[in-house]
Amino acid sequence: MDIKDIIKPENLVYEKPKLLTDKTMHYCPGCTHGVVHRLVAEVIEDLNIQEKTIGVSPVGCSVFAYNYIDIDWQEAAHGRAPAVATGIARVNEDKVVFTYQGDGDLASIGTAEIMHACNRGENIVVIFINNAIYGMTGGQMAPTTLLGQVTATTPCGRDLDRNGYPLKITELIAQLPGTAYVTRQSAHTPATARKCRKAIKKAFQNALDKKGTSFVEVVSTCNSGWRLNPVDANKWMEENMFPFFPMGDMKDGERDAPDAYFKKN
Amino acid sequence: MTEEIIIAGFGGQGVLSMGKILAYSGVMQDQEVTWFPSYGPEMRGGTANVSVIISDTRISSPILHEFDTAIILNQQSMDKFEKTVKPGGVLLYDPNGIVNPPSRKDINIYKIEGTKIAADLGNVKTFNMVVLGAYLKAKPIVAMESIRKGLEKSLPERHHKLIPLNLEAIQAGQEKLEAVNEI
Amino acid sequence: MGELRLMKGNEVIAEAAIRCGCDGYFGYPITPQSEVMETLMDREPWDETGMVVLQAESEVASINMVYGAAGSGKKVMTSSSSPGISLMAEGISYIAGAELPCLIVNVQRGGPGLGTIQPSQADYFQSTKGGGHGDYRLIVLAPSSVQEMNDFVDLGFELAYKYRNPAMILTDGAIGQMMEKVELSDYKPRMTAEEIEAKYGSWATNGKKANREYNVITSLEMDSAKMESNNRRFQEKYKQMEEEEVRYEMFQCEDAEYILVAFGSSARICQKSVDLARAKGLKVGLLRPITLYPFPKKPIAELATKVKGFLTVEMNAGQMVEDVKLAAGCSNSSVPVEYFGRMGGIIPTPGEVVEALEQKLIEA
Repeated sequence: MDIKDIIKPENLVYEKPKLLTDKTMHYCPGCTHGVVHRLVAEVIEDLNIQEKTIGVSPVGCSVFAYNYIDIDWQEAAHGRAPAVATGIARVNEDKVVFTYQGDGDLASIGTAEIMHACNRGENIVVIFINNAIYGMTGGQMAPTTLLGQVTATTPCGRDLDRNGYPLKITELIAQLPGTAYVTRQSAHTPATARKCRKAIKKAFQNALDKKGTSFVEVVSTCNSGWRLNPVDANKWMEENMFPFFPMGDMKDGERDAPDAYFKKN
Repeated sequence: MTEEIIIAGFGGQGVLSMGKILAYSGVMQDQEVTWFPSYGPEMRGGTANVSVIISDTRISSPILHEFDTAIILNQQSMDKFEKTVKPGGVLLYDPNGIVNPPSRKDINIYKIEGTKIAADLGNVKTFNMVVLGAYLKAKPIVAMESIRKGLEKSLPERHHKLIPLNLEAIQAGQEKLEAVNEI
Repeated sequence: MGELRLMKGNEVIAEAAIRCGCDGYFGYPITPQSEVMETLMDREPWDETGMVVLQAESEVASINMVYGAAGSGKKVMTSSSSPGISLMAEGISYIAGAELPCLIVNVQRGGPGLGTIQPSQADYFQSTKGGGHGDYRLIVLAPSSVQEMNDFVDLGFELAYKYRNPAMILTDGAIGQMMEKVELSDYKPRMTAEEIEAKYGSWATNGKKANREYNVITSLEMDSAKMESNNRRFQEKYKQMEEEEVRYEMFQCEDAEYILVAFGSSARICQKSVDLARAKGLKVGLLRPITLYPFPKKPIAELATKVKGFLTVEMNAGQMVEDVKLAAGCSNSSVPVEYFGRMGGIIPTPGEVVEALEQKLIEA
């Protein structure tokens, strides 16, 4: 079999999703963003919702997410993506709106916006990339940085007295009545990537079904920020992050029924 | 004709709504009006006041420091506003709770037992309409027909059944105005 | 003739928004403008016109909701008062940088800091010179009556869409809380999805259509040469506003020797000051800028060749006086330009203004 046979359409086993653009990604080799971008593009393609999907990109490494998926995009100020998405979704009820945010954006500067958007049960999807570090600004401490983890602003490791605890924001989000689906995934192996894709698809389907907020955390690597090669970064993530950020669904269904939340008389 | 009025008393006495009905009555007879309230924490349980201007011509400043008429419904307001009545102007007050009655000789002073009359009518909430009636007796600047229309416009529809009671209170106020000092 | 009502300035903003076909309002309570959202919620426009009204968790969220909704081509607005507008400054800069239309209402109160809830005009600099980071301008309209609160909602949106730029109604607690007679505008339908695609499909993020490239709303540009050219485009736009959108009103200026310059509620005070001064035999007129940006430079420059002096009257420490000096200096650098004002929520009296005029200009 020569090369011409191999590239015949009937031999196709893997291809770039049509909705991924041809722009060269700016992400470092080994970064999880590329994988998750692909998964999001595949899901939008699968559900055939290119014309009704609007993405909101954050400030952080994925600020340029809008360069890579062939849908309308709006770029938000740091932390404000859930408010921007709320604005779009509220005046465009027929659209599917999602935010794509990192840990600094979502769990530090944007805590108020994510909490309230999820608590109101905005009909949006949130993709949350948690790699426990600020990648774009050069590897500083994030709200999810583990105790002892070395970053540019915790050169001797994150210290409890100085820096406080790492924040399990997804566990907090899962308590909010407006959320329909809250899950934590990873995408570092083919099997986990497939699972993650299923989770993202469910989240987008929920938005189509107007079920409330769907929130997908993807525990991710930042091998550059962590000063590791991609293979070691995956290993470090499994050994250090997975015990603290355990995988799985925290909530799956619909937003809470209102009965328990009403005034009594 | 331009009439510049301050209405001042406690929050809850209906000071702001009395001003609004008066202003709406002006609108109903095609006059220019402004209604400018005190606002903020002082209106919650404390003193409340509103200045109303009714004029045949375009109104320049809605914010005033002296008035043709002061309608005064508590002592604090008496202390503050007696001196702001223009010479020759009108001061109308309810003596209920007034320790130091007005003493100026260069203005027309009237009183109305609004609190008592409203109680006699069987609805203390009509207090402000009794006072409004007394004012209209002293200074008939708007027609009763305009007042009726003003009430219709400023009261939500669900309260329209109360309009006859309000008109009755206005009439009682007109009948029971007492002159204290006329120049 | 439209419907006549007696309404508060703040209530009229809400009513005018519904009637002009606004798609959404996002806000957060703050005195002295809370009646805007209260009136909207009471009117329930979602049943009547389909307009969305949302109480956000903060002013920061409000302005970012406006940014998001405006990005999809929708006609959206927010309102706040001074401290809240400071919180919105970042978002407003993004909206200006991403070239989106929207309307922001600032019912000013006195500052700095938490300040006072009483009326003020101390956000003149913030509104007219940018306010947030970067080189941008807002179209700033200054109503001086409840009627203009009604009229400027529609006008603000019209200008915002014409220039794809945020417009601001800069008013204050006095006009927001005051009731006057107002002739309400007739209803305009909201734009349909097809109209938005036809008019704004070249930029709006209303869902990628098969017949166009995907749209991106962003103010980010890492290539400095491109960022400079974006800035040049903004400046061209602002220049065009200065040529086409200046609005002002003159009051007894024909034979005036002295000109009061005042906007918003100060201009109402000054109308009475003109009457008082004229009664004393002083030839005084009033120039009222209606657009604070673009500022009416030309009429001031023209008057500067004829009059003996200008007095700006402001409820701040003297902010617009700088623009009047610049404008007057264009044609006559020697004409005196003085300032009189009160601060901290105190409104100047018409008599005080005349006294200041006599002391600072006539007897000086």
